[in-house]
Amino acid sequence: MRAPADSAAVAGEVLLSVQNVSLSFGGVKAIQNVSFDIRKSEVRAIIGPNGAGKTSMLNVINGFYQPQSGSITFKGVARSNMRPYDAAHGGIARTFQNVALFRGMSALDNIMAGRTLKMRRGFFWQLVRFGPAVAEEVEHRLKVEEIIDFLEIPAIRKVPVGRLPYGLQKRVELGRALAMEPDLLLLDEPMAGMNLEEKEDMSRFIVDVNEHYGTTIALIEHDMGVVMDLSDRVVVLDHGAKIADATPQEVKRDQSVIDAYLGVAH
Amino acid sequence: MASENTPADTFPKLLVRNARIFAERPALRHKDLGIWQTWTWAQVLEAVRAYAVGLSRLGVRRGDTIAIVGANRPKLYWSVMAAQMLGAVPVPVYADAVADELANVLVHAEVKFAAVEDQEQVDKILSVADRLPKLERMFYDQKKGLRDYDHSKLHCIDDVIADGRNALALDAKVGAWIDGEIAAGKGSDTSIILYTSGTTGQSKGVVLSAQGCIDAGSDTVAFDRLNEHDEALAYLPLAWVGDHYLNYVQGLIAGFCIACPESTDTAMQDLREIGPSFYFAPPRTFEQMLTRVMIRMEDAGFFKRHLFHFFIDVARRYGEKILNGQPVPLHGRLVYAIGKVLVYGPLKNVLGLSRVRVAYTAGEAIGPDLFSFYRSLGMNLKQLYGQTEAFLYVTAQPDGQIYADTVGAKLPNVDIRIADNGEVQFKSPGMFVSYFKDEAKTKEAMTADGYVKTGDAGFFDEKTGHLKIIDRAKDVGRLKDGTLFPPKYIENKLKFHPNIREAVAYGDGRDFVAAMINIDLAAVGAWAERHNVVYGSYQELAGHPLVYDLIARDIDETNRSLLDEKVMAGAQIKRFLILPKELDADDGELTRTQKVRRRFIAERYAPFIKALYDGSREADIATEVTFEDGRKGVLSARVKIRDVATTPVARDLEKAA
Repeated sequence: MRAPADSAAVAGEVLLSVQNVSLSFGGVKAIQNVSFDIRKSEVRAIIGPNGAGKTSMLNVINGFYQPQSGSITFKGVARSNMRPYDAAHGGIARTFQNVALFRGMSALDNIMAGRTLKMRRGFFWQLVRFGPAVAEEVEHRLKVEEIIDFLEIPAIRKVPVGRLPYGLQKRVELGRALAMEPDLLLLDEPMAGMNLEEKEDMSRFIVDVNEHYGTTIALIEHDMGVVMDLSDRVVVLDHGAKIADATPQEVKRDQSVIDAYLGVAH
Repeated sequence: MASENTPADTFPKLLVRNARIFAERPALRHKDLGIWQTWTWAQVLEAVRAYAVGLSRLGVRRGDTIAIVGANRPKLYWSVMAAQMLGAVPVPVYADAVADELANVLVHAEVKFAAVEDQEQVDKILSVADRLPKLERMFYDQKKGLRDYDHSKLHCIDDVIADGRNALALDAKVGAWIDGEIAAGKGSDTSIILYTSGTTGQSKGVVLSAQGCIDAGSDTVAFDRLNEHDEALAYLPLAWVGDHYLNYVQGLIAGFCIACPESTDTAMQDLREIGPSFYFAPPRTFEQMLTRVMIRMEDAGFFKRHLFHFFIDVARRYGEKILNGQPVPLHGRLVYAIGKVLVYGPLKNVLGLSRVRVAYTAGEAIGPDLFSFYRSLGMNLKQLYGQTEAFLYVTAQPDGQIYADTVGAKLPNVDIRIADNGEVQFKSPGMFVSYFKDEAKTKEAMTADGYVKTGDAGFFDEKTGHLKIIDRAKDVGRLKDGTLFPPKYIENKLKFHPNIREAVAYGDGRDFVAAMINIDLAAVGAWAERHNVVYGSYQELAGHPLVYDLIARDIDETNRSLLDEKVMAGAQIKRFLILPKELDADDGELTRTQKVRRRFIAERYAPFIKALYDGSREADIATEVTFEDGRKGVLSARVKIRDVATTPVARDLEKAA
């Protein structure tokens, strides 16, 4: 169990804030007028029952969905909508609920792909692989190798990810997101479908990323034990609306959260 | 320097010598961030001197004990060297030991300092800190995860080295002082304390002197003609006598390079990249390698599979003879040469054994088939016999005199005799000084005239003059009718079958021999896949009737081979069962070096033993198991027992025992 968020962390600078965002698909209101912020270097959890709009929220943050109303302020710049390309360029990286890797490529190449945005040489230079392009590749490879070492996956460096067990694929995916050296890392259910040991490993890596690289992390998670242990602050969504926003301890005691999870007689 | 002409009698002096004569030759390699980093002897000396200065500034003094905990990493080897430079005593501890086991050793060795690999080991030691009031400081290699720890008593090894370097650069007197410390080391100093793995109870600290280590190492370096052009992969547990002897000691004496793998999981890939010329592996590793090759060949295409089997047959017929320099018909040599190009060469390359000049195996008996398989490929695989108390070697097979069932002739300067009860006793240059803080146990292990009792029963083979080991002297038992029963001998015969990973045989004071079997999940799993046998867990596969049939065939074969040996014919296996879980060191069923603890297993699985001998068809058990993360759970199972047909033997043959 981590120490409760101390006042310094709570008072940290706001990295991203979501203001009055609403999103609907036809008649389905996925998100209704939600506001919250993510502060620098914290681990922020977004939780809620199935269909609460958690993944939609993440997709709005990294620009995959365009909200009908409301705005997002990231690093001081407010936008009504963000495009995925802008998000990636601005330093937001993410992993997916279902693993989204290049299955035929090795773990190393997959993580290397995360460096694409950082590469300065164009397609031609990469193709001839000569002079400055080589120097650049060496520099990126070093960064990637550090990540491989950090995530303890040197043994699978050259293995095509399609042949890896699920837990390791998740780890490679995290590696690819880290390769972008993001300011904000979005994790969509990083522990889904994992066994206990894999969960423990992943939790440790999330804490390490946060402490070692100082990366701000926003994560969606179903495993309440994990959320309570890892996060500094928690946003709770239910039916697209925000019902709570507090520290894990407070959220645990919140009656509306308990009702949302356990159901209540209407 | 004073040591210019006198032979070095401590390891720091050897390091100084190597830095002088092998200056720019590689001493140590480590794969870091995917690339092999190399240090020359001169660089190692520079770093270790600085490290030793840094350590002394943090309070390490002559005679202090320093625990070394972690995998084979350059900085942990340097920690051993730096400690020895200061006259402190390194105490390597098995890195996979759980906190409690670790604490037992650290408490007993009264360690004041610990050099550890990473956060995991730091956490482990911190968790038992209240039992270690003498522990002053810890030094760690990998920074990851340790940034926010309290650093008042915790230091990164890099920082200690940098601090030492700084001190050396600021004041010339510091350099002179550390050189004085190196020169002050004597051959009679305690070089290292190695804790035994505890096959026979609580582990004991074996105290070894510097001179003894160097004398023993020099003999075997000469015996195998090792030199500065050799290279070895340091992947064996740091705390095991084998790693310390084969890599650290022989490396420093011969001046060869030791390469540390990137991590434990990558050792096999790293082996391939390094291509060592000196290689040691326990029989288990050779067995796993072969099993993997065989499984992959079964899945290969028709043409490749037949090519492989054809040439492996050729190698079986001629390979060993060619290696031993015996006469072989010309066409045999020709076909073997083709096989070398098409199969043996590529196969050895895949396994990383292409450049091996000398390879050893020891620890357990190796199956004759397994042994000759590797030899027939042209690899000079040999056996040795030794123990921690001897500082490893007692006997070894000289080139060209290789027999699968012996452990070789005595080494130069070693004296061996067989006691009346069959026990092997020896005197050797590397022989231990004493057990640390255990006068009584030391006395118990020695004879009055100064021989070490090995506790192993053996005899000298009449034909070859080589030593043969049958079993632990105290384990050799007899059946009720007086038939000789050496359990390990029978277990080893069983384990030579690829489907059987581990076996435990019982029979002492009983009517007949019975066995409990552990199936090999890789081999039996692959077999199950080929034969459409569906299973959901290890336990389910182990209890499958078809798997029982499979194992019954292996036992039948074992019985037939026992029948061939007059002495053993009465000890055929009559009943067996397959254990529902893998025997595991975490549950105390195996030692950390993966040897079975027969007595412990007998207590734990008492209902099984009872059922094996009272004629039951089934037995139930509920036993506690420990998971990898230290949690405990309960395993309950109903296990079937199978009878095997045995061939009766005439009484007079049994009497021959």
